[in-house]
Amino acid sequence: MAEDRNVAWREDLRKGLSNKERTAIQRVKMNELEPAYRARVREEVNQGLTKEQALVEAKRCLDCPNPTCMTGCPVSINIPGFIKNIERGEILEAAKVLKETSALPAVCGRVCPQEKQCESQCFYKLKLKKDAVGIGYLERFAADYERESGMISVPEIKEKNGKKIAVVGSGPAGLSFAGDMAKMGYSVTVFEALHEIGGVLKYGIPEFRLPNKVVDVEIENLRKMGVTFIKDCIVGKTISIKDLEEDGFKGVFVASGAGLPRFMNISGENLIGVMSSNEYLTRVNLMDAANPESDTPINKGHNVAVIGGGNTAMDSVRTALRLGADRAMIVYRRSEEEMPARLEEVKHAKEEGVEFMTLHNPIEYIGDEKGRVVKMRLQKMQLGEPDASGRRSPIEIPGAIEEIDVDEVIVSIGVSPNPLIPSSVEGLQVSPKGTIVVNEGMQSSIPMLFAGGDIVRGGATVILAMGDGRAAAAAMDKYLK
Amino acid sequence: MNKIVSKENFSENVVKLEVEAPLIAKSRKAGHFVIVRVGEKGERIPLTIAASDTQKGTITLVVQKIGVSSTKLCNLNVGDEITDVVGPLGKATHIENFGTVVCAGGGVGVAPMLPIVEALKKAGNRVITVLAARNKSLVILEDQMRKFSDEVIIMTDDGSSGKKGLVTNGIEEVINREKVDLCVTIGPAIMMKFVALLTKKYEIPTVASLNTIMVDGTGMCGACRVTVGGKTKFVCVDGPEFDAHQVDFDQMLMRLGAYKQEEQADMYKVSKQ
Repeated sequence: MAEDRNVAWREDLRKGLSNKERTAIQRVKMNELEPAYRARVREEVNQGLTKEQALVEAKRCLDCPNPTCMTGCPVSINIPGFIKNIERGEILEAAKVLKETSALPAVCGRVCPQEKQCESQCFYKLKLKKDAVGIGYLERFAADYERESGMISVPEIKEKNGKKIAVVGSGPAGLSFAGDMAKMGYSVTVFEALHEIGGVLKYGIPEFRLPNKVVDVEIENLRKMGVTFIKDCIVGKTISIKDLEEDGFKGVFVASGAGLPRFMNISGENLIGVMSSNEYLTRVNLMDAANPESDTPINKGHNVAVIGGGNTAMDSVRTALRLGADRAMIVYRRSEEEMPARLEEVKHAKEEGVEFMTLHNPIEYIGDEKGRVVKMRLQKMQLGEPDASGRRSPIEIPGAIEEIDVDEVIVSIGVSPNPLIPSSVEGLQVSPKGTIVVNEGMQSSIPMLFAGGDIVRGGATVILAMGDGRAAAAAMDKYLK
Repeated sequence: MNKIVSKENFSENVVKLEVEAPLIAKSRKAGHFVIVRVGEKGERIPLTIAASDTQKGTITLVVQKIGVSSTKLCNLNVGDEITDVVGPLGKATHIENFGTVVCAGGGVGVAPMLPIVEALKKAGNRVITVLAARNKSLVILEDQMRKFSDEVIIMTDDGSSGKKGLVTNGIEEVINREKVDLCVTIGPAIMMKFVALLTKKYEIPTVASLNTIMVDGTGMCGACRVTVGGKTKFVCVDGPEFDAHQVDFDQMLMRLGAYKQEEQADMYKVSKQ
């Protein structure tokens, strides 16, 4: 790292512009589609930076001797390293730096909560109390530039070591693990239960936030690195871990993700029109149900309520708008301050006309004679003392109940881990919550079986899952040596 | 891709397909189902496995033309490929020697009941199978059922085969003459509802295999949820078999109609196939 920073061109760059000049530059604004237009189409909302914008934003980075931003990144991207390459105009070189540690830079640049990670630890934020360098924007810029240039670099692969490794699930944890293992010379096969590769990046995150073509390019890159993908194959059902062992696989990384969606167990929750965000988003994203050519049906709601305040809730409510909802509401039992969603998602949702009913909690859904939901009853809440999560806990205001007309309700209050692997592997230690128990090297109670992502965390972000994949790859490599 | 190796028309609307799926053929047990998708714009639909041949590496599915997706599947021919077949899914049927078991099937539900009848017989049970259909031409798998059943009772609405009457009449006839230890029922939800009501009256433990709307089939979406004993259950991972006396069949029937209008509007797609 230190050597890297001392290369001549970087010293020259630092001398070329004073810190005073650098800090005087205002943070770039992301180019976005107009809210009124974008709320009705599936096009990507963020349009990315132009090269001119990126070159200016890259100048803001001070190339700190002790880059604190990197401590905020779960996959330890060499942040000043890639940004300085952008500043000197070597964008393809910047993309290479990103790919040293991240299998999916174009994805991370779009969906990471940078304001809570790298950008929260930026010198500008910590010491100058100014807007952080747009690290996420620049990451996305470099990755997009490389993809659009048609000159995508394939990371260097070590000589094949002849060891076969299996990955269960092709979401962010699995892909990140597969990339690292392939680089180290392992023969990697990824098994996916669904008919598409990409996991939550395909079925969950909508096109307007993460276009499928972006994900496909990253997957194609892994293929070029020699990773094999097998879809429609459920480890634990179609084949067992034992089958894999007998087939010569030396290690298995389980990244099977979040499974069962949670419901609130309130009256009327099984009415037609009430569904999980997983179902709603899977129909729209994976099955393309809103397209008339698709055989998968979807009921397009006019008055849509989304229950929850996370990123998935924001994705769902904004999807409802794009499917033609007249009224799209977020119903959240705490206040906006406690919302777990990224700031940008909340801002975008508001701009697009989403109503935020914070401090409201559904207590009942009411249906018509055909069993379709027509109304929801909401209990108004107020904030009390901080609870175990450190957030102020919501308390009911006695008697304050409201009824609102709805014809579609999307329940987005979290998921429980997928039970398929934990229930099918004998001797695997599982927590009371159903997550796989692992040590700091992501190794489970069965030595050859490692795990990461939501099957270990219960429900987290793309980047944390990717971080797990990296950690597991490093640890498994050590274990197999 | 999974090639269709044989096809048999049971009736105008019901076909039997034997499909290449060697891994599933090897790992499946009685009661398991698969998710099938036809075409790149196809829907994921659940189908319970009727039989498998590990030597040939095939599984057998019996499909009835109901909506767009099932019709597209039925219209495929020998040599065609099914875009996706994934499984086996769900929990396998709990098999033991219960004593006397009545297996009551209706419509295409008779097909997935075949491996259960076979497994129960092999476990030492006295198996009495009741097959119900609207008329003679819709009675399927009668010969195969006879192979593994101590007795087969055919019930048709019009009396064109076996006895005239409903599946419940057939079951009640058995209950009235001998002790029944367990009833297994697979068929249309409305049929299973009435079977459950009947056996509840006689306090005979009853298992129903539910076929609800699903998307992923692995516990991820919750489209298949049903209320069993007052609690929400997912058919794909908690089932597909449940204590029939605890299932809220009225809610299940209601939820099965969730996309009826859309489905009818979509039928034009079949002619384009």
